[in-house]
Amino acid sequence: MSERGHLVSIWFFIGALLAVYGVLILGAGIYNFFSPAEGVVLGRLHAGIWWGAILLLLGGFYTWRFFPGRP
Amino acid sequence: MNPTRLLTMGPVDLAIVIIYFAIVLAIGFYLKKYARTGEDFFMAGREMTAWVAGLSFISANLGSLEMMGYAAATYQYGMLVAHAYWIAAIPAILFLSIVMLPFYYICKTHSVPGYLKLRFGEATRGLSGISFAVMTILMSGINMYSMAVVMKVILGWDINFSIWVSSLTVALYVMAGGLLSAIFNEVLQFFLIWLGCLLIPILGLIETGGWSGLVARIQQNFPGQDYIHLWRNVGSFTDNPMGIHWTGIVLGWGLAISFGYWTTDFLVVQRVMAAKSLRAAQNGTIAGAFFKMMVPLIVIVPGLLALAVLPFPLVGESEAIASGGHSYNEALPLMLARYCGPGLLGLGVTALIAGFMSGMAGNVSAFATVWTYDIYRPFIRKRASDAHYVSMGRWCSLLGVFVSIGTAYLVMQFSSIIVYAQVIFIIFIVPLFGTVIFGMLWKRTSPAGAFWGLLAGILSALGLFLWVKYDPSALKYIAFSEHAKDMSENIYRAAWSLLVTVVVTVVVTWFTKPREEKELEGLVYGLTRIPSHEHYPLLQRPIFWAGVVGVLFIAVNVIFW
Repeated sequence: MSERGHLVSIWFFIGALLAVYGVLILGAGIYNFFSPAEGVVLGRLHAGIWWGAILLLLGGFYTWRFFPGRP
Repeated sequence: MNPTRLLTMGPVDLAIVIIYFAIVLAIGFYLKKYARTGEDFFMAGREMTAWVAGLSFISANLGSLEMMGYAAATYQYGMLVAHAYWIAAIPAILFLSIVMLPFYYICKTHSVPGYLKLRFGEATRGLSGISFAVMTILMSGINMYSMAVVMKVILGWDINFSIWVSSLTVALYVMAGGLLSAIFNEVLQFFLIWLGCLLIPILGLIETGGWSGLVARIQQNFPGQDYIHLWRNVGSFTDNPMGIHWTGIVLGWGLAISFGYWTTDFLVVQRVMAAKSLRAAQNGTIAGAFFKMMVPLIVIVPGLLALAVLPFPLVGESEAIASGGHSYNEALPLMLARYCGPGLLGLGVTALIAGFMSGMAGNVSAFATVWTYDIYRPFIRKRASDAHYVSMGRWCSLLGVFVSIGTAYLVMQFSSIIVYAQVIFIIFIVPLFGTVIFGMLWKRTSPAGAFWGLLAGILSALGLFLWVKYDPSALKYIAFSEHAKDMSENIYRAAWSLLVTVVVTVVVTWFTKPREEKELEGLVYGLTRIPSHEHYPLLQRPIFWAGVVGVLFIAVNVIFW
């Protein structure tokens, strides 16, 4: 296992995925703000916008904090 | 496409699912170069931190069967199902961490059957290895089928498409990176499961006006029935929807099933055995216990919300098919459809797929280890190179998936898959706990006592199941009540099976020769030097955090009494 020291952190993968999901869900949430989806209970709360923003912030922080090569 | 599907995915939702598949495969192939030796492939190099080991430990348990099944069971039985996450998990996980892990860790075994080899010899190892391998494949197939049914019901996806695409994805990433890849993806899946499902209780409790509003709505919808208490309604078999008595919850669920699963099912134990130190393994296990205690938020609360807000009743699977209604198993997807709009829906569906994959990967990696180290190496090819065994591990990961797919098609014939899942688990795992715990804590336990106790436990669980199947009136003897439901019967059968294992082990041990004490060093309590953690600060000691989780466990039981 000589190369294990160069292993990219699992937290980087998680951060990157959550950041991408955050962008997609936030984007969908903004779109639905102007064009509401039908049949969603409590749609007026626009959960997509704030949940997407939380994912983006969380994912962005982990991506930055555990970016490969960062000390 | 199925016209009766619950949900319709938009382009953003599909993109979220596709990205998920891409990243789990990418992680698997990225990690392939780090999994060259047997220690890397089967034990992830024993280098995992406490957090990674702990999250993986709990994620491997969060299969789709678990999530969908217990949300459905909550609709049927109410808060009683939360016992599965509290009394049927927390004491056992803490016991694993503080009492049993030191033995597993110090003897440096690769598996639970491997421990039995060191403690009792080849016969007991062979029996437990084969029974574990059979159980793993059966459970894996059941998990796979339940996921495919969910995808068919909620998305209209073809059942064969769901089974093959999801299973081959798991096979590829486990085959490439072994346990390391499984663990990495399980940690990722842990986050997806929580972030994908957490919005349901948040929005649901907003809709119902908080917990008191939720309770009021359930009482209004189901007057005279108690769906919201843990202990208050189990003084009699007829006072609760499950038809169970508190003795069954404590002895069957809290002792036999719980300790069997959390302390000896290699699927979960393997994750913490991969930790970089004993203290990391113990702290990771306790972190897992904390998150396990929180799971009712994303599984039990959605089931209760279904009781509170759905304008139509859910029914059994066969009745749903006949009437065109919705079944209990749709409780969680129905809540997902209710609250999640575009984007969030894709995340929720990804959470369900991630749940399936984490459970499946747990089964496949544990199967590969037990097959290679506990069946193939001792009984088929004793002396081969490390590279040969790694190659065997890779190929049997793939083989395990193919056999599981076959099992998935087999279980399609059964009407109630969750009942069969419990039956299989009780037959193969509950007796194993009796054998392992006697091996660890009673040095007098003889190899013959362990073998015959384990075999008797397995056969008694199978026999009791068949007895009720062919003579339903036997239920009043096994579960002490003619009113016992399937889950209650399973719980009592587990207690009987454990009792048989214990009695036979003790009786046979009494008449047979134990092993010499010098052969048992590092394997048995009283003959093993357990490392002390007293030189660490209080906040780094496992016993401190076990105490914290223990207090929280008592608190939730009192709050929801």
